[in-house]
Amino acid sequence: MIPRHLFIAVSVLLLAVLGMSVYAWRMRGRAAAGPVASVDMRPVVPPVAGATEQVTLFVAYDDTGVLLAQPARIPLPSVRQQRAEELLRSLLALYLDKASPHPLPEGADVRSVYLVDPGLAVIDINAAFADGHRSGVLSEELTVASMIQTLSANLPGILRVKILVEGKQRDTLAGHADLSGFFDVSAINQLTSQLQLSQ
Amino acid sequence: MHSIRGGIRGHSTSAWRRVGVAAGVFVVLAVLLASSAAPEKHLSVYSTAANYSLPIVQRQGREYVGLLELLDPLGTVSAKFEPPRWRIHYNGILGEFVVGKSYSRIQGRDADLGGKFLMENGRGLVLVASLGSLLPRFLGGGVTLHQESGRLFIGSVATHFTASVSQDDASHLVFHFTAPVNPSVSTEPGKLRMTFSHEPVTSPASPTLTFGSKTIPEATYSESNGAAQITVSTTIPLIAGFSPDGKTITLSPTKSQTAATTTGTAVAGPTAPVATAPAAPAPGVTSSTGTAAASPQGGAVPQPPAARPSGGVARRYFAVVDASHGGNDRGEALSTTLAEKDVTVAFARRLRQELENRGIPTLVLRDSDATVSLDDRAYYANTTHAAVYVALHAASNGHGVRLYTSLLPYAAEDDRGPFRSWSTAQSASIALSQATAASVAAELKKQQVAVRTLTAPLRPLNNINTAAIAVEVAAPSSDLAPLTSSDYQQLVAGAVANGIAAIRMQLGAAP
Repeated sequence: MIPRHLFIAVSVLLLAVLGMSVYAWRMRGRAAAGPVASVDMRPVVPPVAGATEQVTLFVAYDDTGVLLAQPARIPLPSVRQQRAEELLRSLLALYLDKASPHPLPEGADVRSVYLVDPGLAVIDINAAFADGHRSGVLSEELTVASMIQTLSANLPGILRVKILVEGKQRDTLAGHADLSGFFDVSAINQLTSQLQLSQ
Repeated sequence: MHSIRGGIRGHSTSAWRRVGVAAGVFVVLAVLLASSAAPEKHLSVYSTAANYSLPIVQRQGREYVGLLELLDPLGTVSAKFEPPRWRIHYNGILGEFVVGKSYSRIQGRDADLGGKFLMENGRGLVLVASLGSLLPRFLGGGVTLHQESGRLFIGSVATHFTASVSQDDASHLVFHFTAPVNPSVSTEPGKLRMTFSHEPVTSPASPTLTFGSKTIPEATYSESNGAAQITVSTTIPLIAGFSPDGKTITLSPTKSQTAATTTGTAVAGPTAPVATAPAAPAPGVTSSTGTAAASPQGGAVPQPPAARPSGGVARRYFAVVDASHGGNDRGEALSTTLAEKDVTVAFARRLRQELENRGIPTLVLRDSDATVSLDDRAYYANTTHAAVYVALHAASNGHGVRLYTSLLPYAAEDDRGPFRSWSTAQSASIALSQATAASVAAELKKQQVAVRTLTAPLRPLNNINTAAIAVEVAAPSSDLAPLTSSDYQQLVAGAVANGIAAIRMQLGAAP
């Protein structure tokens, strides 16, 4: 014969276990259904401080399909390579803004810009930039022309540009714009002239 | 023990040898059977929307064809299989088929299939023989089926012809067709044969035409495996000349044999060349453009230089239309259900039709959902020696049509002698490409279509060694629906074809 107090104690314990199990199960379901905290994809490099300089950014507008020169004042470091990276990050900041005229995917960033003499610039973008980029001839062309024209207009002496993704060559940006070769800056200058006129 | 082991080894070796011999015989028999197998049968379909060909499969001794594949180029079609029922929607018309049953219901009414409906790998197969009665239920119009020869005419699309000996010269035979044609021309001793694989050429009143000429006594019309054929009997070597509009073919005697030996462009062998003739001529070239020679003796016959583009290579297609993307490469997701690759292939078919209606022989590089690499596209386009290459794209942003010519990359390497750098092969033709884009843009503007001309770093344009443009079609407004509508596609395709036709003389003259 099981003592009465023992029976009650075991029953209470069993009920507690059952209750905890139900609670844990519900908490698990809630956690799965709840919003996942988005990863902060912003660059970890600290912003450049100091005196600002007047630069010209070439900004793409999807609604009209044009590329327009836009003056801006941004702080620029003295080292040429860092200036190049800062220029492109300033451009991308416009595109990553909520009111972007040419939205880029969240987390899109320029990893590095390498300036190789004579006149070669290598832009290394991250995978989030290329993988999430909108597909389309004009859409991709606007992105490429915007970056190259911004770079060459503010850093004289660049004659050709190569775009890499995560340090590797990629055939196209998002299925159209050819990234396999070197962009001729003079050809991009002419393209920019075409792109400044809307349809 | 030693001898027993040797005996076992000897026995084993002998057995293996026998197995090897048997396997060899099996392989040889298999190869022989495969090589002697009948060629794959095709059903050629001719309609105002597209001309295309489908494979015919033999099941239970009867000929079947995929119904979805048949209707796909003609309109909007979708199908769903819920065993045993297969439902197909074509332009809002519902057809219900049951596997193993010989009847179907189309728009709620029974239709006899003449044989069992089959499902294979998600494909709904119907008897070829049933198409004559089945298709009108879907299409709402008449169809004519030539079952023996595998040819299906949807609507009044047939191209008729007449043939007569020239009144001026009895040695000239003139064929008049009611629409432009582009047959492949081949010869054999005493015969010149024109094969119409893509044109809905139909039989005259009598399959045998006699002309009362000693040199060209008769011509016979025949059909087989999805193609029509006109065979001309002759006692002298003939060449086939095409009129600029592609509707007239004139067979006339070649120059003398002496000329053949002096020109050095002789065709040797008892079976003379399979030479194809473009309907669209090069500038300054008259009806002798695109000639193919026939020799009754199978001897040497001159090939007029005018028949050949640069490099002395025969040009079969004047235009190459490339439906971009395909297979694993879906291109832009235009909507949740619409991929760029599907729009480009539909548009390519329309453009081919429009170009061929203007007498411009056209090759569509991707006519199915196949994966084709950019290098392969350029390779195929270059090896056809076409005068113009048109890549087709579709986009959801913007509106109207954007025309692109190549934005050449920074030249990493120069052309070497006769060899051109692969990445800048377009450089020599860039002016012609821009002229083509300008001509097409002018025609689009005439049709009130918003158009913009740009350069773009878009492969394979820079790898093409002839005039090359890309056409990116967007909807006329923010609504994407017109992008798939036949009216809009027809409007744009017609304008693009007009633009190319307007500049064909300049394109044809390009080196």
